[in-house]
Amino acid sequence: MVTERFTKDHEWVRLDGGIATVGITDHAQQQLGDVVFVELPEVGRKVAASEAVAVVESVKAASDVFSPIAGEVMEVNGDVVDRPALVNEDAEDKAWFFKLKIAEGVALDALMDRAAYEAFVKEGS
Amino acid sequence: MSAASASTQPLRRTPLYAQHVARGAKMVPFAGYEMPVHYPPGILKEHLHTRAQAGLFDVSHMGQAMLIGPKHATTAAALEALLPADICNLQPGQQRYSQLLNDSGGIIDDLMVTRPHSESDDGRLLLIVNAARKEVDYAHIAAHLPAGVRLLPGPERALLALQGPAAAHILGQLCPQAPRLGFMQAAGVRVGSVDCHVSRSGYTGEDGFEISVPAEDAEALWRLLLKDEAVQPIGLGARDTLRLEAGLCLYGHDIDETTSPVEAALAWSMQKRRRSEGGFPGAKRIQAELASGPKRKRVGIRPDGRTPARDGTPILAPLGGHLGVITSGSFGPSVGAPIAMGYVAADRTEDGTPVSLMVRGKALTATLAPLPFVPHRYARIR
Repeated sequence: MVTERFTKDHEWVRLDGGIATVGITDHAQQQLGDVVFVELPEVGRKVAASEAVAVVESVKAASDVFSPIAGEVMEVNGDVVDRPALVNEDAEDKAWFFKLKIAEGVALDALMDRAAYEAFVKEGS
Repeated sequence: MSAASASTQPLRRTPLYAQHVARGAKMVPFAGYEMPVHYPPGILKEHLHTRAQAGLFDVSHMGQAMLIGPKHATTAAALEALLPADICNLQPGQQRYSQLLNDSGGIIDDLMVTRPHSESDDGRLLLIVNAARKEVDYAHIAAHLPAGVRLLPGPERALLALQGPAAAHILGQLCPQAPRLGFMQAAGVRVGSVDCHVSRSGYTGEDGFEISVPAEDAEALWRLLLKDEAVQPIGLGARDTLRLEAGLCLYGHDIDETTSPVEAALAWSMQKRRRSEGGFPGAKRIQAELASGPKRKRVGIRPDGRTPARDGTPILAPLGGHLGVITSGSFGPSVGAPIAMGYVAADRTEDGTPVSLMVRGKALTATLAPLPFVPHRYARIR
């Protein structure tokens, strides 16, 4: 079963078994505008929750991407590095950033579900 | 994802605010104004459209002021005491780029000075200054004027810029005189039914015009120009990437009160008579820099990879050692790669010099490059 959660920093995370896939939300890409550069973490890197692990740059500015949960980077998406505009086209699916292998028992309880995230975005705009 | 900060000052709006909102612009605070950073197409498409056809910019936030004296020689001499360009020999209908200087030769602001074409305006000079520097500039100028010359700041006017290779054809259909102006020439004209002051100049490196109109006519002119399908509204985001590709300075980034015009590679804007005669603030430093070179100089920088290097990025020698700092950096949509400008030690300014840029703790290789990154396409004076 896939559990989908969102952070206040506008990342999404999908947990399927022990694997968490992370990207930035569609709202985030809209706010950023044209994405021209993405920097992803190295495979094998151990990351903590809320650690800055990737960078996404629009024409205007660079923004950090934080890991929603702790884990070990097991795969990164070379497609978004080769073609950063993919983030604008399909932020919540094809433009995933990295996959984490997470330790047993790590929960996503502290994060928002889609309804809560959408309310959070609405509130902030 | 990190969030942007907000300002506490109440923001001002230009006469075109409602037009921007109606077109779905993303409005952001800029120099005390609520300005469009981009419209629905986004910065990349807006930038490329301007280079391919024509872009329409609202730059009404900029300061427009009139310097008024009894005759040209008197007004020009008063302004020459504050900046290093030749204003006395400015012909009617001619425009010049210059910099207000402090006593140490640093730049208080950069500005456009225009001598109106009409004989009835003799003794008047139009000044266009940066939005964020209006108050500072006006106070500085007013405090240094001789008796008989006065500054009339900000009559309620809007400023529109039409920029791009199709600009002359488009404006020519509404105003036959406009395409006859050479680069950096200006005239009072009618565009459609609107009385305007038009100059052939801009901030994109493209051919184009800046059009000053009374605030109450701004919407009519904006809508008239947008009737042409080749014209798209362009936000401040693309204005910044266009000017960076054109190698043009942004005040507060590439120039400030510590940089001299010689360091900023703006010596071309100081005419021969002024260089030799002096008589402007900081003349001693600037004349010494012209004679024996400045300590540092503004250069173009091309990062080798795809990582943009932003304002504030340290520039190092390939084997270490501080060379300088980046003052503007972004992705150049027409270049298709990251580009930057910055200052390096004057003995290291040659094009092709390899350097390192410290971005997020990593040294990235880059090369000093000639400016502009995209060739200027200004209208040649016929």
